Amino acid sequence: MNRTPLLFLNVFIIATCGLIYELLAGTLSSYVLGDSVTQFSLIIGIYLFAMGVGSWLSRFIEKHIAEKFVEIELAVAVLGGFSAPLLFFAFAKLSYFSVVLYGVVFGIGTLVGLEIPLLMRILKDELDFKDLVSRVLAFDYIGALVASLLFPLFLVPKLGLARTSLLFGMLNAAVGIWGTWLLLPLIKKNVNLLRVQGFIIIGLLLIAFIKADYLTSLAEDALFTDNIIYAKSSPYQRIIVTKGKTGYALFLNGNLQFNSFDEYRYHEALVHPAFAALNANPKRILVLGGGDGLALREVLKYPSVESVMLVDLDPEMTRLSKNLPVLAELNKNAFEDSRVSVVNADAFVWLDNTEIAPFDVAIVDFPDPNNFALGKLYTTRFYNLLKAHLKPDSAVAIQTTSPLIARKSYWCIIKTLEAAGFSVKPYQTTVPSFGIWGFALAKLEPFETPKKLSENIERKFLNEQTFVSMFDFSADTSLPKDEEIEINRLDNQSLVRYYEAEWRRFE
Amino acid sequence: MKFTRREILTAFLGLPFALSACKSNSETSSIDGEIVGASANIGHILRENRNVEVPANNWENLKVAIIGGGIAGLSAAWKFTRENFNDFVLLELESAIGGTARSGKNNFIGYPWGAHYLPVPFKENTELISLLDEMNLTEGKSQNGEILIKEQFLCREPEERVFYKGRWYEGLYLRVGASQEDLRQLNELNKQVDFWVNWRDTRGKRAFVLPIANCSNDAEVTDLDKITFADWLKQKGFTSERLIWYCNYACRDDYGLRLEQTSAWAGLFYFCSRVRKSGAESQSFITFPEGNGKFVNFLHNKVKDKTRLKSIAIEIIPNEKGIDITYLNTETNEIRGIHAEKVIFAAPIFTAKYLIRDFKQNTPDFVKEFEHNAWFVANLFLKDRPKNQFAKDFPLAWDNVLYESNSLGYVNATHQKGIDYGQAVFTYYFPMAEKGGRAKLFSLDWQELADIVLSDLSMAHKDIRALTERIDFMRWGHAMISPRRNFIWNGSREKATKPFRNIHFAHSDLSGIALFEEAFFHGLRTVSEILIAEPAGSGR
Ligand SMILES: Cc1cc2nc3c(=O)[nH]c(=O)nc-3n(C[C@H](O)[C@H](O)[C@H](O)COP(=O)(O)OP(=O)(O)OC[C@H]3O[C@@H](n4cnc5c(N)ncnc54)[C@H](O)[C@@H]3O)c2cc1C
Repeated sequence: MNRTPLLFLNVFIIATCGLIYELLAGTLSSYVLGDSVTQFSLIIGIYLFAMGVGSWLSRFIEKHIAEKFVEIELAVAVLGGFSAPLLFFAFAKLSYFSVVLYGVVFGIGTLVGLEIPLLMRILKDELDFKDLVSRVLAFDYIGALVASLLFPLFLVPKLGLARTSLLFGMLNAAVGIWGTWLLLPLIKKNVNLLRVQGFIIIGLLLIAFIKADYLTSLAEDALFTDNIIYAKSSPYQRIIVTKGKTGYALFLNGNLQFNSFDEYRYHEALVHPAFAALNANPKRILVLGGGDGLALREVLKYPSVESVMLVDLDPEMTRLSKNLPVLAELNKNAFEDSRVSVVNADAFVWLDNTEIAPFDVAIVDFPDPNNFALGKLYTTRFYNLLKAHLKPDSAVAIQTTSPLIARKSYWCIIKTLEAAGFSVKPYQTTVPSFGIWGFALAKLEPFETPKKLSENIERKFLNEQTFVSMFDFSADTSLPKDEEIEINRLDNQSLVRYYEAEWRRFE
Repeated sequence: MKFTRREILTAFLGLPFALSACKSNSETSSIDGEIVGASANIGHILRENRNVEVPANNWENLKVAIIGGGIAGLSAAWKFTRENFNDFVLLELESAIGGTARSGKNNFIGYPWGAHYLPVPFKENTELISLLDEMNLTEGKSQNGEILIKEQFLCREPEERVFYKGRWYEGLYLRVGASQEDLRQLNELNKQVDFWVNWRDTRGKRAFVLPIANCSNDAEVTDLDKITFADWLKQKGFTSERLIWYCNYACRDDYGLRLEQTSAWAGLFYFCSRVRKSGAESQSFITFPEGNGKFVNFLHNKVKDKTRLKSIAIEIIPNEKGIDITYLNTETNEIRGIHAEKVIFAAPIFTAKYLIRDFKQNTPDFVKEFEHNAWFVANLFLKDRPKNQFAKDFPLAWDNVLYESNSLGYVNATHQKGIDYGQAVFTYYFPMAEKGGRAKLFSLDWQELADIVLSDLSMAHKDIRALTERIDFMRWGHAMISPRRNFIWNGSREKATKPFRNIHFAHSDLSGIALFEEAFFHGLRTVSEILIAEPAGSGR
């Protein structure tokens, strides 16, 4: 049998696979780490260098070349095939992601670098050198062209990164298994063992291919459609900043916190009504949560403000808001303002343990109550603790999730505030990134819904008409008449259960 | 006798468990800790000081001496002070007050060494409510007159979770994978509970209520004491594995006994005594980071000048004029004496035979009916809390139970404070339900105890060894009275509750069930017995 043409087909497949892994790593790293020029350049450099290392290492393989070739194919199948899911996973779970990334790239590059020299040595007995070099390299480069065309046009859009990598892993494994037949005369060792290994690897890759959706949902693949420009796991949460067509966005544990293109709507609606509800000039301001500094930016627009205390759980978050240029620009360097002091603590524990002069305004901007640790920040106990840090005529504004999507949750928070002795004016507005969004304006004494915003404060969204209309609720967002809504207490955490039930419908 | 690691783990955690744990590491070298508290050598001291003479000028005259500074003794002292009766002292042998309700504290948070919660009392328990009022734990009353407790003192949700086959689930009853039949039986158990909650005797008394002194003594209820809870469940046709587990857990948790050792009366008492009315939820728990140590410290503060710590009563000698008490200050090794008119005996009942002279010579039969079981409690000081392995795992709760373990799991001290991140203290409970448990417990050193706890917990928390900085242990040789079959209603309690020659007994043992409410009740009862004979205000 003349096996030479078939071996050239091998060269072609190997070359295609090799380039695919390189493209995958480059895409994936620029996708999760941002800065695609640097990432691609680094990945290509490391990959090519590793191939060089592989080629050089091939000289140390002296015997059993055919077996070694098959084994290397299987190793590439495993490492390359699982590379994308592995990297997603590493990105989601590990803080030293780049070590894993470059390690994997180097590993695949080295193995791929071994392939062609070995194949050439296998083929050298069948062809003269001139022919061999010209044909092998030609097929190698054709494979590269095919890969680079397939990758953006078909593979990424149709299969996604994880499946692409698994598919090519299977191809590599197939080349290895096929090699056990093709190169049978050259194989001295136990050929069946090699075949069994090969089929197990194909099997595993196939299972992973079928389950790829599950694998990537474990990671964050499906979550972010935009480039990730910053990602870090703090002891409290996973912080991710993305950059997309509409602007920058912040995610905490996968939940969108803001998108730069419409965040001003949210933060103006959160902050200015509380100031409008005051009779006196606000001097001392408390911001609970809001580590992104965007509410802070709005607060600092008031010249009468003398000091702002911001209490946010996560030092990583406040540090990032201060130091990451895109965030610092968005919050107008709020953290550099000398009026601002930052405390990193759980607001619940801080309010309970801290004695401090009362505040004129409190802005409460926590993530939605999707777990018990957050749910406690919406309880009667919490509002009672807050009360102890207010003056009789202070004003409080609270973000209170969507009255459309989580209607019961929204009204549960309002009722809880009332149960804690606050007089409450519920209000809502539209923030395209979130939908219809709800807030609560509360004071310790009964008060009229404010109608006038403070003058001479720059605002992009709120004007007199929108301000007044925010306090109107449509039929589908108003207090449900026929349902009993419990008050959220530490010892029932009803809100977390409402919230989970209501948002689950949208998952 | 020394045991191998496998023998110890098998004895405490069971064989399959020990086999897998033995393969894992047993490294504790980076962990600090000690065995604290509860003097084990009291017996020794008592023997040593038999018939010692009190130097003549070490005698003092007092109306009342209280022996024992647990909840019973402290409640009695508190009540005396409230009644303006001040001619008494309280002797406590340990250097810390509180008995089995005592607590510890580090620079971060308090944590219990024993008792850790009190269910909200019914409105009828006015004495207990007056304590809660005085402690400023209450905020008025509901429409039907039930007491309302401030939110921050009621156990914060989530209250319980259970670890089963690698995952954490909400609640104590294992709902995941429960069959129709399992749920039917659960429902049936609830119906049985409901029956007893509604049941009243001819005088209108409830079958099960706190304090036990107010329970009906009608034979229809007390006959339940003649069989074990295991037999009762069998008779009623309960077979569901998870239901049996649930009932067994209840017995182990509240009494330190297994189902087969517990009286059916006591088993049902657990389920029925805290349910106000048919269909209602069980009363909520009042709790604090330091558990019932909060009550201990409050009561102690009110009577600090009356308490003498490190003061072990050695002998109580009733005579014509009154009662002589000799006691030893374990710090100074000084023997002192009190000529008292009355004694409140708030130490465990079994110790009466070593202390009261008449009992030494001629121990009444009922004394040996009071049997105790042993427990150990570990406080684990963690630099961070263990991570859940699965995103869908139910989060850390107040009480965290391991379905497949012989331990009771652990309570998280930071929970009630709303501290949800970073440092934590876990209080781990292990009842020694088996015979010979006490001897076994005292044969183990710190290393071996630590290995048991860490091996057990690492089934649920792979990272527990790395997170633990320190483990302290308390060994309770006589932790709780055992409400075994045929004890609570066999007449012994009644006999023991009668004063003996001006000695009034107050320990919670008298109830047959170790609960705060019972200790408190008996403490106050002895005070009224004494003050009726000796009207308040007549003290100096
Ligand atoms: C691990 C554990 C967990 C528990 N959990 C709970 C719970 O969650 N809720 C609940 O209600 N109950 C619980 N209990 C039971 C609870 O502790 C008791 O019901 C109650 O606190 C007992 O109080 P007491 O005063 O009757 O007895 P003890 O606490 O036994 O107090 C007796 C005191 O007498 C002292 N004493 C003994 N001999 C002498 C002597 N010769 N001289 C001087 N002093 C002496 C002892 O040192 C001790 O301080 C628990 C018990 C244990 C062991």
